[in-house]
Amino acid sequence: MTAPVLRRPLPGFGDRFAVAGALLIALVVLAALLAPWLAPYPADEVDPVNALLPPSGAHWFGTDQVGRDVFTRVLYGGRTSLSIAVAVLAVSAAAGVTLGVVAGYAGGWVRDVIMRVTDVFLAFPALLLSLTLAVVLQPSVTTVVLAIAVTWWPWYARLSASAAASIAGRPYVDAARCLGVPAPLIIVRHVLPNSVTPVLVQLSLDAGGVILTAAALSYLGLGAQEPAAEWGLMVQQGQTLFTTNWWVVTFPGLAILVTAFAFNVLGEGLRNALDPRRIVK
Amino acid sequence: MIEVRDLRVGYAGRVVARVPELDVGAGECVAIVGESGSGKSTTLLSLLGLTEGADVSGNIKVCGVDVLKAAPRELRAIRGARVALVMQSPQAALSPTTRLGVLMRRALKLHGLPAGGRVMADAAEAVMLDPGILRRYPHEISGGQAQRFAIALAIALGAEVILADEPTSALDVTVQAEVVGVLRRLREERGLALLLVSHDLALVSTIADRVLVMRDGAVVESGPAAEVLSRPAHPYTRELLEALP
Repeated sequence: MTAPVLRRPLPGFGDRFAVAGALLIALVVLAALLAPWLAPYPADEVDPVNALLPPSGAHWFGTDQVGRDVFTRVLYGGRTSLSIAVAVLAVSAAAGVTLGVVAGYAGGWVRDVIMRVTDVFLAFPALLLSLTLAVVLQPSVTTVVLAIAVTWWPWYARLSASAAASIAGRPYVDAARCLGVPAPLIIVRHVLPNSVTPVLVQLSLDAGGVILTAAALSYLGLGAQEPAAEWGLMVQQGQTLFTTNWWVVTFPGLAILVTAFAFNVLGEGLRNALDPRRIVK
Repeated sequence: MIEVRDLRVGYAGRVVARVPELDVGAGECVAIVGESGSGKSTTLLSLLGLTEGADVSGNIKVCGVDVLKAAPRELRAIRGARVALVMQSPQAALSPTTRLGVLMRRALKLHGLPAGGRVMADAAEAVMLDPGILRRYPHEISGGQAQRFAIALAIALGAEVILADEPTSALDVTVQAEVVGVLRRLREERGLALLLVSHDLALVSTIADRVLVMRDGAVVESGPAAEVLSRPAHPYTRELLEALP
């Protein structure tokens, strides 16, 4: 019998699916960033004469109800959707990780207060709370970001609190106290860097979910507004045409699907690669 | 450097360490011996005011600071800079994401000391470490190197007292001898006061001037090391000596 061998963590990263996910994300991000140069038409150019043309050499993904090039709008829509995902994850992670790490390190009543507030936010169904906020605030991309971030941060708080509590008891944290390092510096220099790995994995797993939620809010008319190009909004506008002009709704829908899938696959791969308990026989 | 009188440390009403008297002067080495759970490490941590959640009473003076009455800022100022703690698990005591040099530089800056490369290299060389080790991460060095780095840190910070909690128990025999050699040399050359916690009586006999034997949180015997270890008065001390291989 051979002894189990611990698989090397990064940069071994041998998960082919995760690499494929990362490449796909890189492709989507590049396409979004280079949209002004890649797009064959201006994003908002209305051309009623050429409305609802099927995919062709001139319009690879066809045109929509007002004659805008769907391929162009899918490229520009990536900018909006990815920006929303980045903004939501940045706001949620910043708030959640800060509160979680403080709760986990401090323990006692500080942890109790922070975690009970977290529990209150977790008690609300995320989409319902997002919807309520999006209705109360003016429909816009900023509203979508705020609405989703409000429902997303508690997960990071909970995850970080648990990781930080485990780190807070490590000898190197005791050693830092013995060196006279004040608590805020211990948190920033020792607890945070050593407890951030599960959060990074979760961020990549969540990116897909955020894009889907943002698309759902836009689909319901509570997010990006015309004439902005956003994948969810494009699906919402094209839904009535699905049986007659399938391309209007299918291509933005596929963009959402592929991007969400790529982030999920990357997240799973990262989780596997960074899990020190993973043993391969 | 260390003066302890009538120290009692308890958790939830249960006293876990009682030390009537403990003095460590400059250049002196005092060892606290006893088996696990006898209150040795608790006593050590109480000297730095780091027994969180414990009821501590008595008088503790370390480097002239009244530990039980000092403000948190005052305590932080002596921790590391005047009193250094060398821990049992040398590598576990180093943050895995921080290079040793970065850790040392931060500690020096924290205490308002010059943090130049020469200062750090001198400290490393004083414990027979290649200064190149300062560029490494904790997982890239051995246990013995990590323990010597902890001592180098104390030297760089100009510590006058080293509290060493089982400093050699996680090391193999040859490395143990190196670390003990470094501690002994620093004590002689720099006049460092050394308070050593150990269950290793063989180690204690080679380095300590005086010994306190603790059992179940109480000091059962104390006196000059040579006397206590050669003519133990308490049955528990005899038991410990008989358990030596």
